Amino acid sequence: MTSRLRFVWAVPAVLLAAALVIAALAWPRAQMLPSASPSAWAASADNIARGAYLAQAGDCMGCHTARGGQAWGGGRVLDTPFGRLVSPNITPDRETGIGAWSADDFWNALHNGVSRDGRLLYPAFPYPNYTKVTRADADALYAYLRSLPAQRQPRQPHALDFPYNMQPALAAWRLLYFKPGTHAPAPARGEAWNRGAYLVEGLGHCGACHSARNSLGASASGLSGGLLATSGWYAPALTADSEAGLGDWHDAEVVQLLRTGIAPRGAVFGPMAEVVSQSLQHLSEPDLAAMAVYLKSLSVPADPRARAAPPSEAVMKLGAKLYADHCADCHGKDGRGAGGAYPPLAGNRALTMEAPVNAIRIVLNGGFPPSTAGNPRPYGMPPYSPVLNDEEVAAVVSYVRASWGNAARAVTQAEVNGYRAVPLE
Amino acid sequence: MRGVILILAAWLGAAYAAPVPDTLARRLAPCLSCHGNTPAPAAGGPRDERRGDDRRYFPRIAGKPAGYLYNQLQNFRAGRRQYPLMTWMVTPLSDEYLHEIADYFAAEHLPAPVLDRATLPAAELQRGRELVTRGDTRLRVPACIACHGERLTGALPAVPGLAGLPRDYINAQFGAWRNGTRRAHAPDCMGTIAGRLSLSDVSAISAWLASEPLPADPKPAPEVTRPLPLACGSIPGGT
Repeated sequence: MTSRLRFVWAVPAVLLAAALVIAALAWPRAQMLPSASPSAWAASADNIARGAYLAQAGDCMGCHTARGGQAWGGGRVLDTPFGRLVSPNITPDRETGIGAWSADDFWNALHNGVSRDGRLLYPAFPYPNYTKVTRADADALYAYLRSLPAQRQPRQPHALDFPYNMQPALAAWRLLYFKPGTHAPAPARGEAWNRGAYLVEGLGHCGACHSARNSLGASASGLSGGLLATSGWYAPALTADSEAGLGDWHDAEVVQLLRTGIAPRGAVFGPMAEVVSQSLQHLSEPDLAAMAVYLKSLSVPADPRARAAPPSEAVMKLGAKLYADHCADCHGKDGRGAGGAYPPLAGNRALTMEAPVNAIRIVLNGGFPPSTAGNPRPYGMPPYSPVLNDEEVAAVVSYVRASWGNAARAVTQAEVNGYRAVPLE
Repeated sequence: MRGVILILAAWLGAAYAAPVPDTLARRLAPCLSCHGNTPAPAAGGPRDERRGDDRRYFPRIAGKPAGYLYNQLQNFRAGRRQYPLMTWMVTPLSDEYLHEIADYFAAEHLPAPVLDRATLPAAELQRGRELVTRGDTRLRVPACIACHGERLTGALPAVPGLAGLPRDYINAQFGAWRNGTRRAHAPDCMGTIAGRLSLSDVSAISAWLASEPLPADPKPAPEVTRPLPLACGSIPGGT
C-alpha cells in the first residue's frame, strides 16, 4: 500500500522534474558578447555614418516615429491580436528616451530582447531577428542613435489584453519561441549569400511580415508568407515562385524593385511601399545584390499545373467590359502594362496569388508606388472604391486573375466588401 | 538579317505601342477619380450609397493656391487632416513630388463643377451672406472675404478659394475643425473661427457659399489682404 502510494506520487514528481530540466535547458539565456573596444560605439563620424545606414537597413524609424510625430520619438501604435503596442522614444533623452542606456544595455535589448530595467520586451520589437545582428553593428547603431537630437516624449503605455500584459506570459513565450544567437555564416554559400542572409534574416526583419504568425504571435521559420494581422494585407511568400519568390527573376530586376519600387514584372505597394521608401532604397547596390542572391536561393518554382477553375461566363463578360473601360488605358488591352509606369497584369503574381486581398485592395484603394531616387515621380493608380460597386470590383479582379494566361480562382463580392475601408497602419 | 530586324522592330513596336506620356497630367490621373470635373450626379437625384459614389462631396482643387494645396497634402500625410484614402495616396510620396503636385493643380483651371443648390429659407441664406461678406463682431468672427478674397476665389500664396465647394464638404470641414480632426500649422485660425460659430451659422454659411456661382475667372487674388484678422500659421508671415 505504502509503496503503491509512493509510486503514485513519484510519477508527477518525475514529470515535473523533467519539465523543469527541459525548461532550464531551453531557457533563452542572455548572451553578453562584449564590444571589441569602447571605440566601437564612440561618437565618431565613421560609427555614426555606419549606424545611420544600418538603422535604414532595419527600418527602425518606421516603427519608432508616429505619423506626423517627431522623428525617432516613438508613439506609433501597432494594433495586434493581443492588444495595442506603442513604440518607445529611442532618442537620447535621459528620462523619456534611451539617453541613460549604455552600449551593453542597447546590445541586451537588440540581442536578448531585454530592456535596461530588466523587463522582457515584446517581440513586436523584432528581436527574434535583431538577435542575429553582430555586436559591431549593434554598437554602430548605438553610436548613431546617441547622435540624434534628444526629444522629450514620454512613453505611452501599451494596452494589451490579459494575460499578454504579464511578464511571466512573455517569459513563457520566449521559452517556446526565442533563442538568442548571431548569424552563423555558411561559408560554402559564398560571401554575397551570407551577407544577404544576414540582412534579410537580421536587421531587415523581412520575416516579421513575410512569415505567418501562430496564435501566440510567433513567426514561422522561413519566409513562407503571412497575413498582416490587423491591416489584412498579405505579405506574400518569398519562398515560392507562385507568390513573391524571386527564383526566376534576374538579380538586376530584384535590385531594381528594392531600390526604385518598380521593376519590369511588378511594383511594390501597401506596406512594402513604405519599406522601400524608408529603408531599401537607401541601401547600397552590393547589399541589395546580396539580398537578391539570398532571396533567389530560397524560392521553389511554381507548379504550372496549378490552375483554378475559370470564373463564370457572366463574370468574365462583366469583368472584360469594366477592364476595357477602366484599366486597359494604362495596363494595355492584353494586360502587358507599360514599361516603367504601369506594371503588367499578365503573369503578375501579386494578382494571381491564392489570397486575393492585395489585388482587391489595389483596385479599391489605388495609390502610388513610393517616390524613390530611381522613380521620383511615380505614376499612380486611381482608387475605384468611389466608382465601382462590390459586384463590379469582384468581376474585374476575377477577370484579370483569369486572363492572359493567369489562372487564379474568382473572388466574391463578400471578399471585396470586407476591404473597402483603407487601413493606414 | 534586315528581315529579322524588321520583325524585331515590329514586335517591339507592338509591345510598346504607345509610350506613356511623361507628363504630370498622366502621372496624376488618379486624383481626377474624385477631384475631376466629371459631372456630379443630377442635383437632388438618387444617391448610390452602396457605392459611396458622391461626387458632390469632393472639393474642387484645380486653381487653388499652390501653398494651400501643398499644406493640405502635408497635413494628410502627417495625420493633421483625416480622410484615410487621401492619407493613403500621399503617404509614399516625397516632399518634392508633393510640391510638384500642388503646383500642377494650382495651375489647372478645370470648368466649375455643378453643385447642389441649397434650399434654405431666405432668412438663413441672408444670415450666411452676412457672415461671409461682413462677419459678426459680436461672435468675433471675421468675414470670410477678409482672407478668402473679395470674390471668394482665395488669395496667394496659401488661402483657398471657397467658391465652387460642395456644401457637404464645407460642413464636414467645420465639423472636423470643431472636433480637432482637421488641424493646421499653429496658430490654427480656422479652428478658432469654427469654435466660435454655432451649427446653424455653419449651415447658413455653407448653404450660401455653395449657392454662389464660381466667377468666370476663378483665379485667386494675387495677395492676401493684410493685416490678417487672425494669426494664421498656414500663411507665410501670417503670425
